[in-house]
Amino acid sequence: MDIKVLGTGCANCKATIALIGQIAQAKGMTIKLEKVEELRDIMAYGVMSTPGVVIDGKVVHAGGIPSRDKIEHWLAAA
Amino acid sequence: MTTLTAPLKSWPSRQPIVFLMLAAVVWLALYQTLNPAAEALVAALPVDRASHLGGALQFFLYDTPKVLILLTGVVFVMGMINSYFTPERTRALLAGRSEGAANVMAASLGIVTPFCSCSAVPLFIGFVQAGVPLGVTFSFLISAPMVNEVALTLLFGMFGWKVALLYLGLGLSVAIVAGWVIGRLKMEAYLEDWVRDMPKMSAEFEATGMTLGDRIEGGFHAVREIVGKVWPYILGGIALGALIHGYVPEDFMASFMGRDAWWSVPLAVVMGVPMYTNAAGVIPIVQALLAKGAALGTVLAFMMSVIALSLPEMIILRKVLKVRLIATFVAVVASGILLVGFVFNAVL
Repeated sequence: MDIKVLGTGCANCKATIALIGQIAQAKGMTIKLEKVEELRDIMAYGVMSTPGVVIDGKVVHAGGIPSRDKIEHWLAAA
Repeated sequence: MTTLTAPLKSWPSRQPIVFLMLAAVVWLALYQTLNPAAEALVAALPVDRASHLGGALQFFLYDTPKVLILLTGVVFVMGMINSYFTPERTRALLAGRSEGAANVMAASLGIVTPFCSCSAVPLFIGFVQAGVPLGVTFSFLISAPMVNEVALTLLFGMFGWKVALLYLGLGLSVAIVAGWVIGRLKMEAYLEDWVRDMPKMSAEFEATGMTLGDRIEGGFHAVREIVGKVWPYILGGIALGALIHGYVPEDFMASFMGRDAWWSVPLAVVMGVPMYTNAAGVIPIVQALLAKGAALGTVLAFMMSVIALSLPEMIILRKVLKVRLIATFVAVVASGILLVGFVFNAVL
């Protein structure tokens, strides 16, 4: 599964990437985790609050660090 | 956007009404018992209550939990309210409106819309792209970080409701007037070209079906995120307030930040610009300044300047605005804050 984290490099964005990576690793999943920092690309997803999370091209979250439950749910749904 | 709910729900989400009523009762009970509890605690310590140390301890033991409990309650409620006002919805409310009333609306929505300073630029572009007028967008952008529940609760808890109310009124006024002035100046040409050339999009939004339980989860999330982050600042602020009481002469600040020194307001505004912190971070400084005789207008101007005008934010804004528009923004907002400081010092 292909996960993108949208954010201009703020602390919350870094925390989001770290958390997703950590949970995926704990589950032994291999995911493609990528950060999108260029403003133009972020805006192309129509996201206004960062960090945003995009899974397989679909925006699933915007604004704030997603909760652990939420991330586990995304990963389980794959 | 699909919000996938967690499979296992906690009991507050399952019985939201019961939880909310119970929480309100517990909260009130806690708040009421604080003062007796602090007195009892100090009495149990081998310190004379009438001594300076005893007084400082009582102050610290009462004020710290008081402010923290207040903040937890307010942040929780705001976390729930925030879930009604997503940025997408706020944008839909503002798009296509003409200036004037929309500036008032934008500044007010800035209080209840969740906002993180790192989202300022995406939000800015999102608003402009959907046809929210530039001046209205600025009203929102000025108000959102400056007038928020954390700043207001802390001001209320530490300095009383008058200071909190004044800050609310003046913060909103600065945001409304500054945004309106920027709108009048017709500066759309000074957006960066790529922002101007972006395809216009509609401001529609899908209402996500949130239950009361989901909103309660939102409240918890806000408490964890916000209170978890700001409590050290609050502790620091109150401890500082308790400590400096006896060690710095009472009028130390009055000589150069008092009401009589006219240049103290511009100085406070200039000093605030390179400082970058949120409302909670600036509170310890505000506490120290006020305790030592600095004039209220000067201190509020300082606080607004620290939060609303910051160098790092301007550097980020440079990606979407041309220098001339940033300069105008700074000049207009700084003038507003200056006015607040002067009027305050003159009236009080």
